[in-house]
This record gives sequence, C-alpha cells and structure tokens, in this order.
Amino acid sequence: MSQTATTTRPRWSALPRRRPPRPRPAVATLRVDISPLARAIFITLSVAGPLLGWWLLTATGAVDARFLPSPVEAVNSAVEMAASGQLLDDAWASVRRVLYGFGLAVVASVPLGLLMGSFRSIWSLFEPAFGLLRYLPAPAFVPLLIGWLGLDEAPKLTLIFIATFFFNTLMTADVVRTVPVSLIDVSYTLGARTGEVLRKVVVPHSLPGIIDAIRVNAAAAWGAVVVAELVASESGLGYRITRLARFSQYEGIFAVLIVIALIGLAIDIALRILRDRVGRWV
Amino acid sequence: MIDRVSSNRNRLVLRAVTKHYDGRSGSVRALESIDLAVPRGEFVSVVGASGSGKSTLLSLIAGLSRPTSGEVLLDDYVVTGPGPDRGLVFQDGAVYPFRTVERNVAFGLELLPRLSAEDRRARIDWYLAETGLTALRRALPKQLSGGQRQRVAIARALVCQPEVLLLDEPFGALDVQTKEDMQVLIRRIWTDTGTTVLVVTHDVEEAVFLGQRVVVLGSNPGRIVSVVDVPLGDDRDLTVKRAPEFLALRASIEDIVRVHHRAAAAGA
Repeated sequence: MSQTATTTRPRWSALPRRRPPRPRPAVATLRVDISPLARAIFITLSVAGPLLGWWLLTATGAVDARFLPSPVEAVNSAVEMAASGQLLDDAWASVRRVLYGFGLAVVASVPLGLLMGSFRSIWSLFEPAFGLLRYLPAPAFVPLLIGWLGLDEAPKLTLIFIATFFFNTLMTADVVRTVPVSLIDVSYTLGARTGEVLRKVVVPHSLPGIIDAIRVNAAAAWGAVVVAELVASESGLGYRITRLARFSQYEGIFAVLIVIALIGLAIDIALRILRDRVGRWV
Repeated sequence: MIDRVSSNRNRLVLRAVTKHYDGRSGSVRALESIDLAVPRGEFVSVVGASGSGKSTLLSLIAGLSRPTSGEVLLDDYVVTGPGPDRGLVFQDGAVYPFRTVERNVAFGLELLPRLSAEDRRARIDWYLAETGLTALRRALPKQLSGGQRQRVAIARALVCQPEVLLLDEPFGALDVQTKEDMQVLIRRIWTDTGTTVLVVTHDVEEAVFLGQRVVVLGSNPGRIVSVVDVPLGDDRDLTVKRAPEFLALRASIEDIVRVHHRAAAAGA
C-alpha cells in the first residue's frame, strides 16, 4: 500500500443511468414472505392442481379409461383392497423391509459419516470409493443380488441398503464438516478430550442435519423397496403392482400408488417433526 | 521496577517464541522471537494491526498450536496443548448453539470427576450472576445479543478458574456502547477474581483502558516493538478515557502502531 498521490480525476462522460426497477409484488420478490391467504392458495393449488388434471383427463375421455382410471375409481379400488386386508398386508411387508434395510443403512452410515467428517484420514480412506459407488444405480444390482442372495428377504434388504448407505454416509460427513472449528477448539481449552468433543459437541451440533439427510434418503429407501418387489417378490406393494398389471387392473395400480405416496408422506412428516424437535436451537 | 525475568512471580512466560506457517508463497513469519513475562494477576493488553500475529500469539498460549521454536511456560511448565488452566474467549464467542446459557457455562465442569452437583450448581450460579446472565440462564444462544453471547463465553471460561484468561478481540464485533459495557465488566471480573488476563485487540483505546501494560506488536514478521506501562491506577471507569494522560498515552501508542503498520505494508 503506497501513500496516495493526488491526481486530478479525468473528465469522463456521465455514467449511463438505468431506469429504477418497478416495485414488485411479494410473490415475485426474492425470499420475501407472502400473505397467509396467498400461501393457502398456493398450497391448495399444489395438491388440487394435479388431481384436477387427472380428473379432467379421465372425465373428458382424452385418455382411454382402461389405462387411466378416474381418481374416484382409484380411491374406490383402494377402499376395496383395504377392506379385504390385502393392502394392509402388502403395505406392512414393504414398510418392514424399509425399516430393516434402511434402519441398517442408518445405523452403519451415521457413525461412519461422523468419523469421516471428523478425521481426515477416514475421509481420505472412504470418500473416493463412496463418491464413485453412490453413482451406481441400485436397481442395476437387482440381478446380481438375486444371483448371490436368492429370492428371500436378503436381496431386498441389501438393495435398500445399497441405495441409501453411501449417500447417507457422505451427507452425514458433510454435515459434520460444517461444525465450526472454533467450537471444537474452545472445547479443548475447556478441558475436553477428543472423544468428549465428538460426543458433546460434534454429535449434538450435527444431529439436526443428520436427520435431514435421513429424511432425504428415506425417500430413496422407499423407492428402492418398490423396485425390489417389482422384480422378485411374493409380497409388498411393488409385488402387488406387478400382479395387478398382469390382469390389467389399472385402477388397482393407482390405488397402490396412492398408498405408496401416503406412506412416504407419513414418513416425511414424522422425520420433519423429529428434526424440528431436535433442532429447536437452530 | 519488577524483575520480569525471575520466573516464580510470573504466571506466563514466553521465551523466544517463533511461529512460521507454510504459505503458498513460501514460509510466513507470523511471530519472530517473542519474549514476554506476565506476572500473576496482571492485566496485559496486546495491540497490533492485522497481520501482526496477535491471534497466533493467543493460539500458542492456549496450546491450540505449537511454536516453531521457543517455548511457552505456564507456572514454569511448558505448554504442550490446550487445557482449562488457560481460558480462551474467541471474537465470535464460540458459544455452543445447542446448549442453553447455563449449560454452556457448565461445559467445563461437566468434564470433571468428583465435583458434586451442588458444588457445580453453586459455581455456575456465581459466574452467571457475575456476568449478569442469571435471568437468561435458560435462554438459547440464538435468543441472545452479541454482547450477551460474549458474556456466556467469558463465564464459561472463568468457571474453570483458569490461571490465565485469554481474550481474542473479544469485543471487536460489538457496537460501541455494548463494547464499553463489556470493558467495564471485564475490568470488574478481573478485580473480583484476581485472574491474570491477556487481551488481544486492534483497538488502542481498548488496550489502554483495559491493560496495566500494553504490548505493541509490529507486522511482518510479528514481533514486539514496544511495551508501554499504563499508569492509570486499577480503579478505572469510563471517564478515564477523557483524562489527558489517557489521551496522550493512546495517541503515542497509536503512533507506534501506525508507523509499524506502514513499514510492514511498504515492505510487503
């Protein structure tokens, strides 16, 4: 930095001016809250719009009714299947697989992600392999898994595990890496040892983000179980879809899709509530 | 004059402390042969422009990094790592966002075996009261102002009864009024607890108001260029900032800082 020498400013032409922007309504302004009424309207549109589109397609006869049942037919079919208890059995079979397969993936990936995010050595050991493995689409493993593990539960749980484990590990590690170094340093100056810093600082600071990662990957697990059941299964919602397809019962398929969506939504809401409780400090 | 070399009076001694970093453009000499002795119970300010290695100095004393050469001694023992005998307060406070005020303050005590719950509670209560946080004990950091967060950080360090309290630009991010409140607070805590305090700041007025001595660091490499005694007595309030001797002292130290900042900038 040198001492500023005084020079006369050159005579430039006047800077071009821009017309000031017109004021914009809240709905078109970046990151600004909208009125509760506007919010309610958008939320209603989000749900009602697709439903209305579906209904219009069927009511107008634009699509052959054999391939696209109306929403009413789909709901009726769902009620019918539910009454026979069949839908509940299928749903439970799928949910149970997600609980085991994804549960196992969470139990394995969260501790590993914590270590990867905390120690450069473990990061360097796993990140290159995982960064590659996560791009292998899990459904591509189905034939292999059937060959190796047969047609039982094992290949289905393994598929769910493969579909979620690598992502959940890397996402957990990323969350852990956002713990501010100053929090870690100050803990050492307060007398904490490495294990105590992990337990009392890194884990609680990361927990809300880890639950967010689990939420994202729960959706993937839910997708993976249906794929697994489509291919080789004697039970579950995916299996039900293939059965119904064989007899061209499209309204039944739509009923199953509705159930899949509702269970997914329930999982998402449950995890969101958990996250908000755990992350009250955020 | 105090004999600053005899170590038994000294809480903290730095002997020829040098710290070099490996930067992209070769080695950076953050600190070059720093010699400093801080007697028990003293309040020392360290001032310097940015790049003078102020924060590096605190990090070395705290034990968060090791000197390239030389040594840091606390009560005649070489510092080899961080510990609760040297409390550190960061500029941003580094308060645990997931813990309430009282559980932040409790952190260091939770790690100690054989400390009864009542004893812990009593100590926490005293430091909460001392820092004016009693009413906010159950608040989360996100509900606190910047000044309140710094109070939490100070109480959390002090409850471990450190031999030295290290403050790294602790009030730099606060508004002027809050900053002055905190300056008065830290002076009062120093009087009440008798802790040795070392504060690092770029604000010369703050350094003179707080310290019994002001150590001036020059930049590139970071080194001690001057040590100035502050003959203002220990019973200070904010009015002292308007006293002629305060203003004169402040001006002369500002001159020293400025000269060395410019010299370093010209060389860089």
